Amino acid sequence: MFNHKHLLTIDDLSREDIMCVLEHAQMFEEVNNRPIKKLPTLRGKTICNLFLEPSTRTRGSFELAEKRLSCDSLNAGGSASSTVKGESLIDTVKTLTSMKVDMFIVRHKYAGTPALVAQNTTASVIDAGDGKHEHPTQALLDLYTIWKAKGSFDGLKVGIVGDIAHSRVAGSLVPALKKMGAEVTLIAPATLLPARPDVLGADRVTPHFDEVLPDLDVVYMLRIQMERIEEAPFPSLREYNLLYGLTEARDKSMKEDAIICHPGPINRGVELDSYMADSSRSVIVDQVFSGVCVRMALIYLLLGGAQNEVSHKKCASN
Amino acid sequence: MKSLIKNVRAIDPAVSLDQVCDVLIEDGVIKEVGQSLTCDDAEILDRRGHVLIPGLVDAHVHLRDPGLEYKETIATGTKAAAHGGFTGVCSMPNTKPTTDNAAVIDYVLESAEKAHYCRVYPSGACTVGLKGEALAEIGSMVEHGAVAFTDDGRGVQSAGMMRRVMDYVKMFDKVVMSHCQDESLVGAGQVNEGVASTRLGLAGWPAAGEEIQIQRDIALSELTDCPIHIQHLTTRRGIELVQEGKKRGIKVTCEVTPHHLILCEDDIDSSYNTNLKMNPPLRTKDDNQALIDAVKDGTVDCIVTDHAPHALHEKSREFELAPFGMTGIETSLGCVLTYLVRPGHIDYNRMVELMAINPRTILRVPQVRIEPGSVADLTIFNPEEKWTVTEDDMCSKSKNSGFLGYSLVGKATDAMVGGTLTMKEGKVIG
Repeated sequence: MFNHKHLLTIDDLSREDIMCVLEHAQMFEEVNNRPIKKLPTLRGKTICNLFLEPSTRTRGSFELAEKRLSCDSLNAGGSASSTVKGESLIDTVKTLTSMKVDMFIVRHKYAGTPALVAQNTTASVIDAGDGKHEHPTQALLDLYTIWKAKGSFDGLKVGIVGDIAHSRVAGSLVPALKKMGAEVTLIAPATLLPARPDVLGADRVTPHFDEVLPDLDVVYMLRIQMERIEEAPFPSLREYNLLYGLTEARDKSMKEDAIICHPGPINRGVELDSYMADSSRSVIVDQVFSGVCVRMALIYLLLGGAQNEVSHKKCASN
Repeated sequence: MKSLIKNVRAIDPAVSLDQVCDVLIEDGVIKEVGQSLTCDDAEILDRRGHVLIPGLVDAHVHLRDPGLEYKETIATGTKAAAHGGFTGVCSMPNTKPTTDNAAVIDYVLESAEKAHYCRVYPSGACTVGLKGEALAEIGSMVEHGAVAFTDDGRGVQSAGMMRRVMDYVKMFDKVVMSHCQDESLVGAGQVNEGVASTRLGLAGWPAAGEEIQIQRDIALSELTDCPIHIQHLTTRRGIELVQEGKKRGIKVTCEVTPHHLILCEDDIDSSYNTNLKMNPPLRTKDDNQALIDAVKDGTVDCIVTDHAPHALHEKSREFELAPFGMTGIETSLGCVLTYLVRPGHIDYNRMVELMAINPRTILRVPQVRIEPGSVADLTIFNPEEKWTVTEDDMCSKSKNSGFLGYSLVGKATDAMVGGTLTMKEGKVIG
């Protein structure tokens, strides 16, 4: 039974919880394929999208998920927000909470912000990416995409390539994959690794992409986050592409059924060549679609839609 | 003004004293130490079961005054010191304006005198505005009462500048106290680089960022012959460097804080408690052990708090935006008694060396002895008092303690500065 109020870190979820989310996402996928993509399930619930850092896809994905569940959405944050006027985040959260918001979706450039929000509100909180810490809904939509493509996680060899040090995606995805039984290899130059990659739970860490590429079932390319790298950790984009880019040349050494993931947005020609990004191996567009389904599932489960459903069924059978 | 402390266990290793006795204080000095003393016109303090020691001195305290009075003032900071059982503190110069000239030294000393809760031994900045660029007027600050020099809050980044500081300070027979932090390595570091930085997704503050400057400053002490005091040391390797320096006869001393002895990076969990954000950061369990061993074997010279008050609104925010530091002067004695003395790591004699004798030696201020003729700066504590650290029980203007909620055993009950009680039965006077 999924029994959580918040999703602040992937650690909050057990393997069973994750499967529960994925199975519900499958249900909502069907809804998203209907001509009328809307359920009345959470009518009357209010969700505040508190995005204090620019975001297009994550924010859009959440907004659509909310609307398709019939929630009312409130967008806060951005350049017009009171935080820009000097209000503390805690005051912002208390203000919005007093307007009877049921859930906050929180995105911020500072690690731990969702926890801070949760400490200061009675509403549910979903971490939509906090600094270099975690991005648990991204990990869940990745799992959903991989699950659909591969059928299972057991023994699946996943390689995550690129800027692990600055990646909140890796912060959630590595522990999530480990929880589901996959084998995780981190592939990065030493200058783009966190101090203790073992803490994330990775099985293997290597700077040599070509040595491990032929074994991988899933090649997960991370974005080079130009805006978050203080001092250049590699000599040039050219050299990065040479050593860590998924190029057409590397296609030949990949397993026949290996798939390519990327959290987006892609830097074409840097970590991913267009040939690869647009190839049949690529599930990048599926990931984006999975995002809406998984976020619908999570909002539904966290706001107690499932419980309502259970009681509703009980009523019906009586 | 006379006071007679009765039936107290008086401990002072400097005069090989450890016995239950009476102590008579008259005109600000100790008149007599002995059995069954009487005095008709003295205030009697019966302290059976309590321990009397030379007054505690904290050699590393941020009083925030002038300029940052919303965090702490000299009055509230010294009141907190008295409440923690301290009779003297060394104030740090990162005030606004910086304590880098004689006028600010005068201000600090006058304000402390007016507040009258404990002695303040001001340190002055090594460089103007703590910028590491130009020598501050060290000579004139010495004339006005500065006891030591430091750019605490920052390390002096250039080795050449640090050498100049040490050459200059040496002339006045003062000590340079060094906050060791190589900014090019530490950058925006938030927590210990390693497990905590990876787990929490925060920029790492590597141990090497501290150790490199410890090593450098010991080398500069050797070069210049100026005494160097390493502030808030946190790592096993840092301890080894100081040990090595001492073995080679270099004039190096060092301090550790209760929080670096007791807390570690594992205590910073996914709740991102900003009161545990410290500079230098909380390190590993192994470092805790190395510091405790060094406290026992004599490598560590003194225990200080780095008392760093910050207003609630500054700490109640995103971890990366919150300032570094926690308060400590009101929990220091309780922490040392609970975590070092009670488990048997050190005895009372060693505690007195670490918290009363050695700080005075390092700061080059007059010693206090429990013997006739000595100035009566004294601390009395109840070693059995059980208490819980709460915000309500703090005199400091700020409540940002990493020990909130901790249960401690042992608490200061009385403090006396120059024969005048500043705290009596746990209540600060004035």
